Amino acid sequence: MFDTNELVLNMGPQHPSTHGVLRVVLRLDGEKVVDADVVIGYLHRGIEKLSENRNWTQIILLTDRMDYVAAATSNVGYCETVEKLMSLEVPRRARYVRTILCELQRIASHCLWLGTHAMDIGAMTVFLYAFRERELILDLFEEFCGARLTYNSMRIGGLPLDIPPGWDQKVLEFCKIMDGKLGEYEELLTHNRIWLDRTKGIGVLPASEAIALGLSGPPLRGSGVGRDVRKDEPYAAYDEMEFDVPIGTAGDTYDRYLVRLEEFRQSLRIIRQATEGLPEGPIVGKVPRLIKPPAGETYHAIESPKGELGYFIVSDGKSTNPYRFRVRPPSFCNLQGLRRLVRGHLVADVVALIGSLDVVLGEVDR
Amino acid sequence: MVDNLIIPLLKIVIVLNATLVAVTYMVLLERKVIAWAQSRLGPMRVGPYGILQPIADAVKLMIKEDITPTRADKWVFTAAPIIAMVPALIVYAVIPFGPEVSLFGRKITLYITDVNVGLLYVVSVTSVGVYGIILAGYASNSKYPLLASLRASAQLISYEVAVTLTLVSVILVAGSLSMVDIVRAQEHWHVWFAFIQPLAFGIFFIGGLAETNRAPFDLPEAEQELTGGFHTEYSGMRFALFFLAEYANMIVVSSVATTLFLGGWLRPFPNVAALGFLDPIPSWTWFLIKSFVFLYVFIWIRATLPRYRYDQLMRLGWKVLIPLAIANLVVTGIVKVVLAT
Amino acid sequence: MADDSTNPREPSDLPTPPDQVAAPKPAAKPAAPAEHPPKAAAPGGPPDPPPPADRTPPAFIGSLQSAIPGAVAQISYWVGDWTIIVPAAKILEVARHLRDAPDAAFDMCSNVTATDWPPRAERFDLIYCLYSTRHRHRVRVKAKVAENQPIASVTPVWPAANWLEREVFDMFGVNFTGHPDRRRILMPEDWQGYPQRKDYPLEGPGELLMENPLDWLKLKQARDEADIE
Repeated sequence: MFDTNELVLNMGPQHPSTHGVLRVVLRLDGEKVVDADVVIGYLHRGIEKLSENRNWTQIILLTDRMDYVAAATSNVGYCETVEKLMSLEVPRRARYVRTILCELQRIASHCLWLGTHAMDIGAMTVFLYAFRERELILDLFEEFCGARLTYNSMRIGGLPLDIPPGWDQKVLEFCKIMDGKLGEYEELLTHNRIWLDRTKGIGVLPASEAIALGLSGPPLRGSGVGRDVRKDEPYAAYDEMEFDVPIGTAGDTYDRYLVRLEEFRQSLRIIRQATEGLPEGPIVGKVPRLIKPPAGETYHAIESPKGELGYFIVSDGKSTNPYRFRVRPPSFCNLQGLRRLVRGHLVADVVALIGSLDVVLGEVDR
Repeated sequence: MVDNLIIPLLKIVIVLNATLVAVTYMVLLERKVIAWAQSRLGPMRVGPYGILQPIADAVKLMIKEDITPTRADKWVFTAAPIIAMVPALIVYAVIPFGPEVSLFGRKITLYITDVNVGLLYVVSVTSVGVYGIILAGYASNSKYPLLASLRASAQLISYEVAVTLTLVSVILVAGSLSMVDIVRAQEHWHVWFAFIQPLAFGIFFIGGLAETNRAPFDLPEAEQELTGGFHTEYSGMRFALFFLAEYANMIVVSSVATTLFLGGWLRPFPNVAALGFLDPIPSWTWFLIKSFVFLYVFIWIRATLPRYRYDQLMRLGWKVLIPLAIANLVVTGIVKVVLAT
Repeated sequence: MADDSTNPREPSDLPTPPDQVAAPKPAAKPAAPAEHPPKAAAPGGPPDPPPPADRTPPAFIGSLQSAIPGAVAQISYWVGDWTIIVPAAKILEVARHLRDAPDAAFDMCSNVTATDWPPRAERFDLIYCLYSTRHRHRVRVKAKVAENQPIASVTPVWPAANWLEREVFDMFGVNFTGHPDRRRILMPEDWQGYPQRKDYPLEGPGELLMENPLDWLKLKQARDEADIE
């Protein structure tokens, strides 16, 4: 009788809550999303091609700028891949400090995720609280390497600087503060009726589909798949750390939220172990003056706060630049799942789901 | 002549001005309270502790460029904010700030008028405000405002049913539709209606949040989801009117709640002589204090709770609040009949 | 900020001062140390070294070879990674086998990418990085593709490959048949050229380097009008 058309609604690239320049073209039937086309590429800077013209140490700067929220993990991933290619030994102290920095970075990234996710769903106070804690971590990083966002804090074979005196005490103090604050976030959100209504049952993804779609990190673990690169293929000092990996059951937004919340706690656990057990020793290994890995290629993955961050690097053995530099960004592969997640939900859920996947467009577009 | 014309005119002028000033300072109050809840300070630069911030906001909005979208319906586009704002202001005609007092040798009532169907007047006038939102979305000729105004109108209409049913319970208890009589009934019963009708109070409060598009029911203007909702295309003075209309509605809901449930202008425990030292405090001060508490709770809730999704909002209104309101009404009626025999 | 005027390339107490004097442009490499040859021939291909004698290939490679004869053209091992080189025509079969065979069980496609080796006839090296959540092992599958040679898309096997292959198409121009969504992903839809090929300039196509951006606008306008006519 009535000829109802589908409404095509364009969210972004400029939108208050798409976490960067992401464009989602929604086809709506009333309020329900029938289909979504995710358009990316607005932040493409050609980092992969640029890297073919930079030498191996200069690329560390570029890796900062991909996932700018968690720059230290991107640095670590790249340095570890080159070290694997060169079969370099990284001293134990450097590995411990790398672990501490990665886990601090994980907490910082999850703070940002929590703040923006909660703000998208309407609880704006959590945003301010989470950023208050993120400031503490950024202060720690600033003391270590002088920068708050793009650290350039790793070198191939170790780190450029040793930690300043007293830094490890400050890290332990931070852990104490953070423990208390986690309780604050939980109080505001975890058992809140409205939060449960907005996140339970939204974006349910069964485990097999999550694996097939190539998800990784908390979105995959929220669906019940026990996959964490830190446990499966340990790097840095993770093989010497004791920690658990939270795994969800229902695969909905609430489970992904709980997984990340528990990851906060596990990160604090790792940081405490690494800081208290920090070994003495050199901070950088025996690295040749000129970094020229032998000809070959390798793929190495680490667990960034967003998921499995992989680097595929090809060296031709002769030039000081890599022949091919490829980043496997976790946000890129997680964002693929958005189309599948969003079908059948309402417009208000699209925002919750983008937040739940925790995408950083710098990484998606490189 | 003086009694019939000058005094009501004076009252209107005073009430309107006070309301408009209150509305503009509500903006500052909200920003400050939310900031303090978020470990921030809020506006601090304009004037000491940011006191002059609303004046800065008003001046900014007034001197902004007047943009009308090309294919928007010009007259409706301009009329919509006015339709949203005016009903909030004219409700004040029946809200009693205090009883009769002697001033300059005359007996003056601290309310503009006392219509014997005052509550009906309030309900019907606030319903007209919904038109402003609907017309804003329609006249903007753009998808986001259209979606938002459709949502807003559905939300407002649903919650009005629940709210009106609770008001009927209050009428049953008070025995009259006149606002002044309702306050006098609370005086007579020596107890605020919030204690006799707690469920009605709760439903009225939640419905009031929904009626004024406040969190957690602020989906029609949810910035994160609809980029501004029904007032996306508005800027400058028209946007200012919408903005102020929302706060004016909030103050209206607070005032009505104070009158109906919190005893209006009565001091706490008017029948207890031991608290007689509170008598010198003028009655309208009590009214203002109670309204202010209400407004503070509104703002507090906005700072704390996430936002309901649209279908959950509608489900709450229709499946939870309306049945509860009806049940409340039935029980009130039964109790009243039983007590009368 | 204060140090910008001084020599920014001063080697500090960094343990491995990189060769920063060499400007990062492909053309000039002044003051480069002697071991760096002038930019003569581009490398002809990845070394793909065979596994050393003391390393046996994992069992699933053997079962792949027996299940699909001719599938495995070469096995390579380097710094702990196993790579199987597969002829391009058999990629879909191999993918299916690797996903479904119980000893392989590669249910997650981590990465699909390509490398451009221009001197070679089959210039693109398509690389599929696979991971098994069950057995927790990895493998890389490589296929060599020529410039206009189509290759089957593995999206039916792993939906994760959807965007990854779109990016390979966008950046290298590899033709994936059977892909559900053949559009560019990172570059604008109407972009000409494949940016990450080795013969594509880093600065982009020449017209964008015009001195005066207004010239480019006029050129674009003229082109649009020509299109309309």
